[in-house]
Formats: sequence, C-alpha cells, structure tokens
Amino acid sequence: MTKKYNMRTRMMLSLTISVSIILLTILISYLLSPANLITDFTKKSLSPNLQHPFGTDWLGRDMFTRTLKGLRLSLFVGFLGAAVGALIATVLGIAAATLGKKVDSIVSWLVDMFIGMPHLIFIILISFAVGGGIRGVVFGVAFTHWPSLTRIIRGEVYAIKSCEYIQISRNLGKSNWYIARKHILPHILPQIMVGFLLLFPHAIIHEASITFLGFGLSVQTPSIGLILSEAVKHISIGDWWLAIFPGLILVCVVKSFDNIGEHFRVLINPTSANE
Amino acid sequence: MVKGIQYFTRKFIRGITLLIGLSILTFVMMQCSPIDPISAYVGGDTSLTLEQRQAIEAYWGLDRPPIEQYMTWLVNLLKGDFGISKVHGQPVITIIKEKALASAALMGISWLLSGLIGFILGVIGAVQKGRLIDRMIKWIAYVQASIPTFWMGLVLLIIFSVWLRWFPIGISVPIGVASEDVTLLDRIRHLILPAITLSILGIGNVILHTREKMIDVLNSEYVIFAKARGENMWQIIKNHGLRNVALPAITLHFAYFGELFGGSVLAEQVFSYPGLGSTLTDAGLKGDLPLLMGIVLISAVFVFAGNMLADLLNAMINPRLKEGL
Repeated sequence: MTKKYNMRTRMMLSLTISVSIILLTILISYLLSPANLITDFTKKSLSPNLQHPFGTDWLGRDMFTRTLKGLRLSLFVGFLGAAVGALIATVLGIAAATLGKKVDSIVSWLVDMFIGMPHLIFIILISFAVGGGIRGVVFGVAFTHWPSLTRIIRGEVYAIKSCEYIQISRNLGKSNWYIARKHILPHILPQIMVGFLLLFPHAIIHEASITFLGFGLSVQTPSIGLILSEAVKHISIGDWWLAIFPGLILVCVVKSFDNIGEHFRVLINPTSANE
Repeated sequence: MVKGIQYFTRKFIRGITLLIGLSILTFVMMQCSPIDPISAYVGGDTSLTLEQRQAIEAYWGLDRPPIEQYMTWLVNLLKGDFGISKVHGQPVITIIKEKALASAALMGISWLLSGLIGFILGVIGAVQKGRLIDRMIKWIAYVQASIPTFWMGLVLLIIFSVWLRWFPIGISVPIGVASEDVTLLDRIRHLILPAITLSILGIGNVILHTREKMIDVLNSEYVIFAKARGENMWQIIKNHGLRNVALPAITLHFAYFGELFGGSVLAEQVFSYPGLGSTLTDAGLKGDLPLLMGIVLISAVFVFAGNMLADLLNAMINPRLKEGL
C-alpha cells in the first residue's frame, strides 16, 4: 500500500491529515455549547460513554468540551508565542548579519544567554516579572522562543549577503534598506515561515507546562495545562480519563503541528522537495 | 596546547559574562515585577501598619536604590550568601543544598538512563535500518518530542501507582514515618517513576543522533573493508562503530543539561518530589524572590557547566577541532 505512492504523495497526505486534525479541533471547540460546562452533580465523575466521550469531571462537567475549549486557548497562546518569537528572531537575525560586527556580537551574546537557560525556568521568571496571570504566561511563552531561530536567520542572511547579485545591486547604488527589503527578505521568508511553524509545537507544550505548574491560573478559561493539573488530585481515586484524554488530544495536536513544520521544511527546499 | 588554553579561557570568560548578564536580567525583571514582595510575604493580612511595613522594607533592604540593592546582592552571592527565603524563613543556600541532592539524584539517574537507552536504541535502529524495528524506534523518537513531560509523568502515575500499585503516589518519603526511619529503599522506590519520566524526555534526540551517525559509519569504506575481512556485525560495531559514535553522542548529551533541568521542574511537580524544581515552582507562585533568584542562578551555573563540559569533550575528542584551535 505505502509502496504504491511516492514520497511526495505520502507527505501531502500526512500534511492534509495534520491540517485537518488541527482545523477540526478548532472548529469543534466553537461548536460545542458552553452549556456542557455547567456543574451537574447528577453526572459527577462518569467514565467515558457515548454521551460524554471523555467522561465527566468531579463537578459533572463534560470533559470533551473542557478539553477542546482549553486546547483552543493553548493554541492561541502558542500562536502568539511562536509569532512573537519569529518576529524577534527575524529582526535580530537580520540586524546581526547586516549592521556590522558590534551588533552581531551583542546579538550572539544575547542568543547565548537565552539559549543556555532552560525555557521553562525563563518562562517562570518572566511570568513572575510581569505579574503572573494569563498575561504572564503569554509574555513568558512569547519571549523565550526566539534564540534558535535567530541563529538560523543570521546564518541565512550572511550566506545571501555574499551572493553576487547583492554585490551588483550595491554597486548599482541601491540602499541597504532596499537590498534588505527586495533581495534578502524574500529569500528568508520561507525560512521564517518554517521556523514559525516549528516553534509552534514548542510554544504549545510550554504553555501547557507552565499552566500545569499553576502559573496563569484562570478558572473561567482553563487551558489544557490547568485541566491536567486539576486532574492530578483526582487520578488517585481512579478517574484516569481526566488526565489521559486531554493529554492525548494535546499530543495529537502538537504532533500535527510538528508534522506540518517538518513537511514544509522539506517541501520548501528544492533539493529535498524532488526526492 | 597554548592555543587550547586560550580557547577555553575565552569560553570561560564568555560564560562568566553570560552569568553576570543573566543575574542582571533576573534582577531587573524582579524589580519590574508588579508583585509587591511585602504583600506577597504577609499574604492577605491587611492589618499591617505603615511602620511595620517600613520595618520589613528596611530589614530586607528594599528601601535602598535598585543599583545598590543589586550590588549588595551580587557581593553577597559571591560570598555564598543568597539571602533569606521569605517563605521558608531559612537561608536560601541551606534550602538549595538540602534540595540539590534530591534533584541531583533524580537528574543524574535520568541523564544516564536516557543516554544509555537512547544510544542502544539508536545503534539497533542503524543496524536494522529500514526494517520494522528501526521504523518503530524512529517513531518513538519522533513522537517523544511531542509529548509533554508532565503528561508522560501522569500516565506513568496512573498505570504504575493507581492501577498496578507498584509505586507510591507522590512524596519522596512515605507519609507518617519519621525521617530517620526512612530507608534507602523507600527513597529509591519514590525515585523510580520520576526518573523514568525524566529519562524519556531526552531520549529522542540521542536516538536520532546516534542512529544517523551509526548509519554513516556503517556505510563507510573501512566498515566495508572490515566486512570483507569477515568481521561479523557485532565485531564491526564494537571495533569501528561505538567509539566513533559514542563520543559525539556524549557531547550532545552534556549540552542537554538545560532541557533536563526544565524537565525536572515538571517531573518533580507531578510526583511531588521535593527537589529544586518543585521548590522553584513554589517560590515562583508564592513570590519568594531570593529563593527564586537563587535557584535560577544555580540552574544557570549548572547549565553553563554542562555546556563547558560539552565544548571541552568536543575539543578533546575531535582532532580536526584540536588543530583548528
């Protein structure tokens, strides 16, 4: 079966599946009615059944609804984190490669400083510094994911800078800004895109981790991490579904994003795209 | 050789500047924090009078300008005085020393386990390249990256503690037993699940790296020659593969100290294991500034040491790099 299709077709198939998983998750999370989240003690701690595929929690709330709505929040924070990360990385990466040695060494020093520290500890620090809450989590996730991408972009810009057409353009009297905008940016845009997509799963996992630890506590809009940390108190009495299913969905979504990023990386690169 | 020493002096000095930068960054962030350390300290107690408040401020030195505070803090740090934890009421260094051992045991075991298992799986994958077992190993390595550490811990907790009842739920010592009566065996029993959780975290990278390098080695001309001489697979791996693959894998594994520390924060939280990680979480949630900063810096030193070791090993092993120094 798998032999019949070539790499590209299989990759496209896997890409489609990944995208559909994510879209489906988001779509369903909007369709589910918030009425499922009303406390109902007659339906307390039900194990998974047809009506409640993920079971219900100790307050009788439907876990399926809670999971998907929580996941949507995690996706949003993850998106924000990855987007800000990609933006910072682009600016710093281009600056390091084009603005001379001094800027370059400052940027690489910053990258070294941030890349060494465990992400999670930095997120805790930042989230504490901005006063905790949801805001703390968003800031924390947003400002910790740029260093590795900065390095990649810096290297990429350096490589492009030494190309002949850049030299010619410079000899023709074009300004630095013109060269950056017309010649460099279009080249690194795919890299940024892939970088952004590959940051996404990291950002989601970190968002879930940090809310799991209890930062950014918000009971009205529980993110997936909070749902799982609440589950900890209840799994000792055997409510296993509270932890298993939300986590499983989280893994699926994260893996889907990872797939999309990896596939794009291969497809964008002309040498590997034809394999 | 002189060049080598120069190289490491440069690396070392750079590391020191990074640590200083980090301490400044930490300090500035804490200064900017809208969380008032004093109200965080007294909790919801509103009966605090202005005089009492000022007394606490003076006691902690919060009434002085930030730069002065930073300098005092830094000088004290160098003397080994990390300040006094606001929540525990003990010197930070004492708390860190107390918890560091538990964390070191956890991280050390996981580090060794993930390195060893990952390496073995990677070698198996390379030897069996393209077969079912290789595809399974590759799949594990890829999926592992998408699994949050804390969820892995939860799943293990449900399976082994709740269903099978092999291991206790949480706490590194049994409840209701005086601390002198806690045996080594008890401690080990409480360490196993967190250690397994944490070792799964780092395994994917080692597998993929080892596998790739091993495939390179197996495709090399000297291995073809060894085959022609009639060496069997095990001999080839033992004589030509392991040494070539193991050293870069170890280097990679040293550089992974940072990730390990981050993971231990989560693993310790899931299993309520009283190490540095759970203390850090606690300090962050309760606004215990000195303790938070102390642990952040300790972890930075730890990660820095890991990276230094990785560089050192890399330079010692790799003859090409040695010449380039």
